[in-house]
Amino acid sequence: MNNNLKVLINGIIKENPTFVLLLGMCPTLATTSSAINGMSMGLATMFVLICSNMVISMLKNVIPDMVRIPAYIVVIATFVTIIEMVMNAYVPALADSLGIFIPLIVVNCIVLGRAEAFASKNGVFASIFDGAGMGLGFTLSLTVLGAVRELMGTGKIFSTNIYPERYGSLLFVLAPGAFIVLGYLIAIFNKLQHK
Amino acid sequence: MFLSLSIICLTVAVLLAQVNKMTAKPIADAKAMKLQNAISEVVPAFDNDPVAEAYRMPVGTGDSLLVYPAKKGDKVVGYAVNSSSNNGFSGEIQIMIGFDMEDRLINYAVLQHAETPGLGSKMTDWFKNKEKPSQSVIGRDLSQGALAVSKDGGEVDAITASTITSRAFLEAVNRAYQAYSESRENAYSGASPKNAAGKSNDEAGEIKKEDNSHE
Repeated sequence: MNNNLKVLINGIIKENPTFVLLLGMCPTLATTSSAINGMSMGLATMFVLICSNMVISMLKNVIPDMVRIPAYIVVIATFVTIIEMVMNAYVPALADSLGIFIPLIVVNCIVLGRAEAFASKNGVFASIFDGAGMGLGFTLSLTVLGAVRELMGTGKIFSTNIYPERYGSLLFVLAPGAFIVLGYLIAIFNKLQHK
Repeated sequence: MFLSLSIICLTVAVLLAQVNKMTAKPIADAKAMKLQNAISEVVPAFDNDPVAEAYRMPVGTGDSLLVYPAKKGDKVVGYAVNSSSNNGFSGEIQIMIGFDMEDRLINYAVLQHAETPGLGSKMTDWFKNKEKPSQSVIGRDLSQGALAVSKDGGEVDAITASTITSRAFLEAVNRAYQAYSESRENAYSGASPKNAAGKSNDEAGEIKKEDNSHE
């Protein structure tokens, strides 16, 4: 159990997928124009990570080495399709705002990366915790990134006003702002970690 | 190797079919609900089913828009037009636009867009801001001519830093008006003299404008 906890923390801090591993940059940069979008993207990815890690670690002895990548992708794509259908059915507004990036979780390198690097070598429980840790790390960093961009751009966090919108700088909501904020957040994260 | 991959794919296919079966109805419901909400938002109160009575109205060449007639009793009280434009900043813009029987735009609802968040995405509220009549399109009489942004010599103030989106939005509005006036012409079908109807409508419209400024 203690070991599992370590795996969980590892995903959030030591191997944070966004700030340390720098994986899955496409959804990271594109969907974090607001805190809520970043968080939902993170949660959707976390769901896929946990499920695919679990299933792949269960199947690791059945899947022959030569076809492991197609097998992993099939499993991952299944869970992505499930979450896409569920989101369309029950939270259509959110599904609209995330748009193409939900189906694109399939090609998010964190998911395949964890399947290959962790789930295919470890037990079911450890894999679930690894998925949860990586997912949480991804969710937290996307939420922070989204919150900073939303605050700087529109003066709001989670749509609650912090300061009047006219003082916000639109740059942060647009693409360049994503790169700038991400760069500074990585720098801060590194500074804190190496202290 | 071949066998195990086939088994995995087969299992997955069965699972997905199940989930699809379960979510198909909620997805269809959510879509119908969204359409219904958009229609009732943009036309006066009605008691028919505009979705069931919808028809396609040709606009321009090789293009048509969906028109939803809103009726109270047997009388048509307004038309909701599902209009679109491909000239936005990114992707298609789809808007539901409602007209009353006096050529006036009642309200609109943006159904779908992929404009820049914080810039073009403001169109969902920008053109219905009642405190700023120069940027609002609500209550405008489109029989006076097509709407255009002030930069192009029109009367509508474009969204700050989003002239392209604003142009596309007004293009969709103008297209909707075309479909609307065609629909009305068809509805008259020469039965009542058009000029007389137009005149009385104008007077009614004037009163309506007063009402709008009060709100």
